[in-house]
Amino acid sequence: MKTAFIVFSLIVFALLTNGLYQALVAAPTEATMGDVQRIFYYHVPSAWTAFLCFIANFVASIIYLAKRNQKLDAFAFASAEVGVVFCTVVLLTGPIWARPVWGIWWTWDARLTSTLVLWLIYVSYLVLRRYATGGQTATIAAALAVFGFIDVVFVYMAIRWFRTQHPQPVVGGGQGSGLHPAMLHALLMNFLAFAMYAGLLLWLRYKLERTSHLVEEAHAARAIAGDAR
Amino acid sequence: MNKTQYLYAAYVVTWVVHIAYLGYLARKAARVRREVEDLKR
Repeated sequence: MKTAFIVFSLIVFALLTNGLYQALVAAPTEATMGDVQRIFYYHVPSAWTAFLCFIANFVASIIYLAKRNQKLDAFAFASAEVGVVFCTVVLLTGPIWARPVWGIWWTWDARLTSTLVLWLIYVSYLVLRRYATGGQTATIAAALAVFGFIDVVFVYMAIRWFRTQHPQPVVGGGQGSGLHPAMLHALLMNFLAFAMYAGLLLWLRYKLERTSHLVEEAHAARAIAGDAR
Repeated sequence: MNKTQYLYAAYVVTWVVHIAYLGYLARKAARVRREVEDLKR
């Protein structure tokens, strides 16, 4: 297991290094925005990776509600936490890109606002998991995750449903959308790297959560055994 | 700030967030490892 983790980590490191090279060197410079457009190669893959994590959280939460399996609960928790990390990157890189291109850091359009709400929903989920006491915490968190996921769909569709300051989709946006092949390659390489990196974080976080849970159970068992004596 | 500085700022901010999270995981892993060792004793 340890060897597999080290090999996986090395693969992820190589992919992230390649992604950085693709974004900063290999991808052509965009005609109107210039080099600042290269933020795109971190901003968009981070958003897609956050979506993947929240989808994983949604699926694990639904199955948890049906089967009450502790492993699924730990996986849901880990995927929400990793998703929040990537969503934080999206919310920080977006305004840094917006300032030189739009002349403003932030605007309350449908895409930006719904992304901020998404971040707040999953931060609330993590706060609930961290501070709530009682036996129903996992169930309440799973229910919050299921309803919170509606905002993932809204964030994705916001630029298709509304006229927004945020650009229309350049990948999967229908007629008139599209990217130069070298730009698309750099985007997909970074998405692959970030998705694999998220997988690595998820693995690590899930193992930690399971071990913590087992330690808590062992402490509880000891306490009960102590009381019985 | 010129446009290139915004580009570097975005990349640096991204890695600061990820490194901070890795630091959080490392601290948490060390704490859990200590708890497991305590249980074994």
